[in-house]
Amino acid sequence: MTAILTNLFDGVAYGMLLFVLACGLAVTLGLMNFVNLAHGAFAMAGGYVCMVLVNRMGWPFFAALPLAFVSAAAIGIALERTLYRHLYTRSHLDQVLFTIGLTFMSVAAVDYIQGSSRVFINLPAALQGQFDVFGIGIGRYRLMIIVICGLLTIGLQMVLAKTRFGSRLRAAVDDPRAASGLGINVPQVFAFTFAFSCGLAGLGGALSAEILGLDPYFPLKFMIYFLIVVTVGGSSSITGPFLASLLLGIGDVAGKYYVPKMGPFVIYTMMIVILIWRPNGLFGRALSPSR
Amino acid sequence: MNAASDVGNHAQRQARWHYGEVAFWLIVLACGFLFPTRYLIMTDILRLALFAMSLDLILGYAGIVSLGHAAFFGVGAYAAGLLALHGIINEPVLALLAAGLAAMVLGFATSFLVIRGVDLTRLMVTLGIALLLEALAERFSNITGGTDGLQGIEMQPIFGQIPFDMFGKAGFFYSLAVLFLLFLLARRVVHSPFGLSLRAIKNNPLRAAAIGIPVNRRLIAIYTLAAFYAGIAGALFTQTTAIASLDVFAFERSADLMLVLVIGGTGYLYGGLIGAVVFRMLQELFSTITPQYWQFWIGLVLVVIVLVGRQRLHRWVLYVPNLIIKQVAGRKAVVAVPESDV
Repeated sequence: MTAILTNLFDGVAYGMLLFVLACGLAVTLGLMNFVNLAHGAFAMAGGYVCMVLVNRMGWPFFAALPLAFVSAAAIGIALERTLYRHLYTRSHLDQVLFTIGLTFMSVAAVDYIQGSSRVFINLPAALQGQFDVFGIGIGRYRLMIIVICGLLTIGLQMVLAKTRFGSRLRAAVDDPRAASGLGINVPQVFAFTFAFSCGLAGLGGALSAEILGLDPYFPLKFMIYFLIVVTVGGSSSITGPFLASLLLGIGDVAGKYYVPKMGPFVIYTMMIVILIWRPNGLFGRALSPSR
Repeated sequence: MNAASDVGNHAQRQARWHYGEVAFWLIVLACGFLFPTRYLIMTDILRLALFAMSLDLILGYAGIVSLGHAAFFGVGAYAAGLLALHGIINEPVLALLAAGLAAMVLGFATSFLVIRGVDLTRLMVTLGIALLLEALAERFSNITGGTDGLQGIEMQPIFGQIPFDMFGKAGFFYSLAVLFLLFLLARRVVHSPFGLSLRAIKNNPLRAAAIGIPVNRRLIAIYTLAAFYAGIAGALFTQTTAIASLDVFAFERSADLMLVLVIGGTGYLYGGLIGAVVFRMLQELFSTITPQYWQFWIGLVLVVIVLVGRQRLHRWVLYVPNLIIKQVAGRKAVVAVPESDV
């Protein structure tokens, strides 16, 4: 019984982490209708920035986390202004090709700068080890992830639903022409959203170094996970991807624990079955038709 | 002249063999005699060309975006490898067909998943299927040899007459023959009424359905055929290199394939062939500059191509040839600019 609960806890932490990594993608893909396969590259950038700050420059872990966010967001906005914005109106195929190209470049570049081996971030002692609550093993680091990601989720939902920026974003997505007619600076809103989603990925990357492992192939290895979260969750709201992440996290951890030989098999089958059953995702409205 | 015969005339004119095409194949054949030391890489190019042609059939003609075409390549490769390893079908040509059929069955089965949904769902499902197969191949390592791959494959002579030699000469001409035959078939298919209806579907599925084209059935048919082609390409890979490892399913293979087709252009069959040549040349060039990091340059090429715009790029590339043709023949260029993309 306690093993099940421990697994459940790990699965929830894993799912929360996936959500932070992938929710930016849900926004760019779902709201802005841009297929960004290079999303993992921003996560990797955040992870490596955090690693360099903590391991080489001796920053405290919690001070490095915001910087991982900021640096990934900065890279994101630089790329958005120079490259991505030309591709918003292009076909999905062009977007896929472009972002695969970026991913390849990021993989090779990080490999060149930091070497191809897996890197670890030195964690403060307070985050290591685990403690027992009623016999359930709770890892401190995973608990922290759940707390941070939970807060982020609530914050995101509030921003999207309650603030002026959230309604501008939704308006800009629903009908860019009408929105700009109403005086909303659509490119600015998109740029800001893109930067924010990259920042979230960067933060996720920094947090995930301990659990998912950080190496130059991170963007390729976890691309499918991000895409699963978005497609299964649907991309019309934050709740869909959130539930999908939890499902994926719990499913993956349980799969690896109970049927270790079938590991990734469980996830892919789950995804394909769900996509056949509900092509627009479990919790999604119909996606806008492809251009 | 009524509209129907007009369309028929146009289609027939398109389907006629041009001098350029004949010249192209003669050049390819000549390469086999001109560069006897380069058989291995040339065979590699032919294989890639066949694989790219397979993707062109669904992407360029039917508008199906796939990120997991390596799935069929991999199934073909493993099928050919297993058939040869266990001596089930010793004759390479028959084994090739059997491997192609295996991939075709998979293609037919998965086509029902692929025709559902929009581009994005298709990307996901195709990618998912390729990853699933990779996971399966790893799981059943007692059959597939796991990460070590299938080893000790020995190929029997083709038709019991022509043995595979170590310089790859037989392999090259064997691949060339297979490629040419399949090209003829593909050419026939895309210029048939069936092929025309595919283009109609690609341009506007709703309208195509409205004029009475059974959209889903056509898509299933072409997807199955493309899977057959990819399976043959995979089987050629195993037969000419005598190995089959897990990386036949790798995502990079599908992504590289996209690049090949983007370089060559989609929707006129030669795109894959030209793209394969250019791609391998680029790869060779990049790996001599930076052996370990050639992927960076490949990525850069992709990014630049997309940013410049594929249409514009093809116009630039064809500018000089078209100028020459105009001067010499005094008419419009024979090399068609590829059709607009998906």
